Amino acid sequence: MDKGKAIMGSGRRWAVEFTDNSASPSSRDIPDPPGFTRSSHDQDDSSVSKQKKDSEANWKSQKAWEVAQAPFKNLMMMGFMMWMAGSTVHLFSIGITFSALWQPISALQGVGKVFEPYKDNKVDLLGPKLVYIALNLVGLGLGVWKLNTLGLLPTHASDWVSSLPPAQEVEYSGGGFSLF
Amino acid sequence: MAMAIRIRVLLLFLFFLSLSHPTFSLYQDQVGLMDWHQQYIGKVKHAVFHTQKAGRKRVVVSTEENVIASLDLRRGEIFWRHVLGSNDTVNELDIALGKYVITLSSGGKYLRAWNLPDGQMIWESFLPGSTASRSILSIPTNLKVGKDDLILAYGSGSLYAVSSIDGEVLWTKDLASEGIDVQQLIHRHGSNIIYALGFIGSSHFATFEINAKNGELLKHDKVRFTGGFCGDISFLKSDTAVALDSTRSSLVSVRFRDGEISIEQVHISDLLLDSSGVAAILPYKLIEMVAVKVKEFIIFVKLTNEGKFVVVGQIDHTAIISDSLSILEDQQAIALIQHGDNKIQLTVKLVSDWSNHLIKETSYMDCQRGLAQRIFLNNYVRTDRSSGFRALIVMEDHSLLLVQQGEIVWSREDGLASIVEVTTSELPLEKDSVSVATVEHSLLEWLKGHVLKLKGTLMLANPDDIAAIQKLRVQSSEKSKMTRDHNGFRKLIIVLTRAGKLFALHTGDGQIVWSVLLNSLRKSQTCEAPNVLTLHQWQVPHHHALDENPSILVLGRCGPNLDSPGVYSIVDAYTGKELNSVGPFHSIVQIIPLPHTDSREQRLHLLIDKDWHAHLYPRSPEALAIFQREVGNIYWYSVEADNGILRGHAAKENCILQLPDEYCFGTRNLWSIVFPSESERIIATATRKLNEAVHTQAKVVADQDVMYKYISKNLLFIATVAPQAAGDIGSVTPDESWLVVYLVDTITGRILHRMTHYGSQGPVHAVVSENWVVYHYFNLRAHRYEMSVIEIYDQSRADNKDVLKLVLGKHNLTSAISAYTRTEVVTKQQSYFFSHSLKAISTTSTAKGITSKQLLIGTVGDQVLALDKRFLDPRRTLNPTQAEKEEGIIPLTDSLPIIPQSYVTHALKVEGLRGIVTVPAKLESTTLVFAHGVDLFFTRLAPSKTYDSLTEDFSYALLLITIVALVVAIFVTWILSERKELQEKWR
Repeated sequence: MDKGKAIMGSGRRWAVEFTDNSASPSSRDIPDPPGFTRSSHDQDDSSVSKQKKDSEANWKSQKAWEVAQAPFKNLMMMGFMMWMAGSTVHLFSIGITFSALWQPISALQGVGKVFEPYKDNKVDLLGPKLVYIALNLVGLGLGVWKLNTLGLLPTHASDWVSSLPPAQEVEYSGGGFSLF
Repeated sequence: MAMAIRIRVLLLFLFFLSLSHPTFSLYQDQVGLMDWHQQYIGKVKHAVFHTQKAGRKRVVVSTEENVIASLDLRRGEIFWRHVLGSNDTVNELDIALGKYVITLSSGGKYLRAWNLPDGQMIWESFLPGSTASRSILSIPTNLKVGKDDLILAYGSGSLYAVSSIDGEVLWTKDLASEGIDVQQLIHRHGSNIIYALGFIGSSHFATFEINAKNGELLKHDKVRFTGGFCGDISFLKSDTAVALDSTRSSLVSVRFRDGEISIEQVHISDLLLDSSGVAAILPYKLIEMVAVKVKEFIIFVKLTNEGKFVVVGQIDHTAIISDSLSILEDQQAIALIQHGDNKIQLTVKLVSDWSNHLIKETSYMDCQRGLAQRIFLNNYVRTDRSSGFRALIVMEDHSLLLVQQGEIVWSREDGLASIVEVTTSELPLEKDSVSVATVEHSLLEWLKGHVLKLKGTLMLANPDDIAAIQKLRVQSSEKSKMTRDHNGFRKLIIVLTRAGKLFALHTGDGQIVWSVLLNSLRKSQTCEAPNVLTLHQWQVPHHHALDENPSILVLGRCGPNLDSPGVYSIVDAYTGKELNSVGPFHSIVQIIPLPHTDSREQRLHLLIDKDWHAHLYPRSPEALAIFQREVGNIYWYSVEADNGILRGHAAKENCILQLPDEYCFGTRNLWSIVFPSESERIIATATRKLNEAVHTQAKVVADQDVMYKYISKNLLFIATVAPQAAGDIGSVTPDESWLVVYLVDTITGRILHRMTHYGSQGPVHAVVSENWVVYHYFNLRAHRYEMSVIEIYDQSRADNKDVLKLVLGKHNLTSAISAYTRTEVVTKQQSYFFSHSLKAISTTSTAKGITSKQLLIGTVGDQVLALDKRFLDPRRTLNPTQAEKEEGIIPLTDSLPIIPQSYVTHALKVEGLRGIVTVPAKLESTTLVFAHGVDLFFTRLAPSKTYDSLTEDFSYALLLITIVALVVAIFVTWILSERKELQEKWR
């Protein structure tokens, strides 16, 4: 139980970095073993790791773009659902509309989290983030538009005057037939 | 199989039908929970006892409300009752052959026989005739033609002999053409001759002898009396009559024996020493005697065998006398009632022995019943074979009492059958102190009740228990408490009856909380012939002046004419005490309650007299100051149906009278609308209720569009018909008949809308509410009744559609408006067929005006029908669009549906229905409905169902138990989980 918590919680407590990138021996407290020439090996190794890193960065940015475009599918799906729900106010349409509103909002709140795994110095996340945000905003707009078509937004004059009390009358008149 | 499917389809169809038409029916066990029904008969004018045979003793009565009823003589309950039409006045009533009740009504036009035990009609005969005359019903004993017992009826100038078996008219004799005004029909036992006695002109007395077998006129005699007759006549025995001469100063005895008529005259002054002035013969049937009213006295005069007048006795003129009653050994007894303070004295005397009395009883009488007005005497044989007497007494307030041995055996408040006007009042606020004793006392009852209810819900109750549950529900003490309730269901209904008595009825169960016979509306020296006019709420304390009781203003008039002086009384609505009574003063033609109150929350009223002076009440300087401040905006209008003129007036400076009166104002005529008398006659008007609440001025129609209602308190609906079409339906052809309706603004006299229905005719019943009018009339072309609706909208506000301005509040929709701005209006209207004729129409009213409205229609069957206003919506079309359907518009049909479940009165009838009054409860969804006629009916209605409260059978106990159980379950599971976790940790 405790283990699981630790893993899930604050991340790692310790880690071993096998690929030591620092080239200067002074920075290391442990001397190199005899017969080990750091320079040549380092050269090789670093080129391999660089390649590796590049591909990873590529992969990350690719993934980030994929994630950024994911709301689009959602959007299509939502649109279809909304079309299915019709324009009358009932439980189904209200549910759809509110989920359509809630999803983009929650997604927008968690923009940082969504792109966290792809965070990299070499990966430029601004583009995917912007696309992601834009798509979600479109989704939100769709939701609001649906809300309006359901007549749940106070955009008509009727929404503002429907509870206006009748105007006072200045004059007063009474009377009728003679009393019998 | 196919059958089953068909039934299923039908059921499905019915289900959808029930969805589309909201019905407001009750379940059987809900009857009596929130409604009550009281049956009355009205002021009794004839009574015939039926006590001879064993079995149920009863009295058959006919009343001024045209009711014939059979009452239980033991308890005063109604065995059976029939309400004849409002024009079908009962003239005579009698019992024939011991098993039929015979009535002669409509001035001798209808003769009907009713079965005495159960009141079923046995036969009815129409006796045609055109000349108006008095109507006489005579049921001779043992006069037979063939096998039929004859019934003689005189009406419309003709004598009819009718068979008592099937009502067939055996023969007719037109006597009016002979010139005789028949006063009495006499048949001597055993003979076949009927004598018709009466006057010819004013100076002849005539006897007609008619053969009872065939109606042949055998002989007629007349004798001239030079002094002339004034018309008063009383018949003694079978061969003598006493009449008054034309100067009303001498008595004339007429004897008609063996075809000879002899006349003798005696001056009343010869009989009585101080008898100057006029006399009158009282219309009592006192065989062997005649009662003559002279000045302040009633004298009883007998005629000796020699033809001499003898004064037997003399009593005060306020005494009431019964008709004579034959008792044992062919004696005649009469009863007298004399009044004292809070008591009446009943004396029964034998006619033959005036100096003694058989009984003399004094009974206590509630002074709120006033004086006795009629008495009917009946005897019974005591165990010692002597005669005992019981008397049926009709009091001044129209109540009916049975007095026996000095005790009031039962009483009926039949004044409530003739309600003139209705208003309501709140009950006092509840005091906080609840006595502990009552709680402890009722704890057991309370527990019992709940156990019973639980049994009922668990379906464990046996029929006895169910009956007990029903009784508990109906007699719930909660609903008849004398304090205000949270929902505003408990109120006082204050009704004014034609007798001038004010009753306060509790809305919970209809009990009479108090009743008061108003002194100002009673006959007195200053007020000879009082009649009641109307009542208004005078003081309704709710903001300040909360410690004062609400009060009611009652208006009356001393005399039958418009210019007779008026009187008014102010009555405390909680106690029924007459706080103030004034008058007689100026005449009252109209009363106008103003929308202003003084600091004591007394409403200002204007009383308009016949010279069109406006008198301000209450007469206090404060009220005067308020009035003078507001006088520029106060107008009034008068509808003169006779001249066909509608006039508008305004108040001006103080009126010029002999005595200066600062509370009196002159008025000036501002405008008048003259309806051409050759083509239009005013038959009906309607206005909005003064206190009607309207929630909003906007009506949202399909597609979020807004229409602004034209809401004005000064809107008058007025209907005119062609003068030749003012009569009954069917009296004119469609081509010469039309109905014109107007909507008039009563400030400026502007006609907002005018509409002509060609080929239509009255009577018109109309109701105005918010921005609509619904009216009912007869369409001669379609031969059907129609209902039309007019809705008015304010076109000049229609441009207020800028949302931004509305959001920021930059609009003038709520600013005060004047009628002089000439708002542009548009009207929409539609007509529908309606299968019933109407007696009254009204609409539901709720506290805030949010709840949708229902029309309450008093049908010709004396029931109240609730009809949704949505059926009378001028925007109905044959195929409403989706948006319109969503808005709740019903597809157009040519006639309005009558859904049997929407009868508010369910299985009951409000006989002789005259008015339907609705009062809002505090709960917005609910309105209180009071329907009155001969019967009274009260119920609560929720036109859109009770959306703001739980239903009555909602189980609070179950809810409570569920909540408690859930809380307990939460705690238990929490403790269990804690324990388990602990164990886990120790492992």
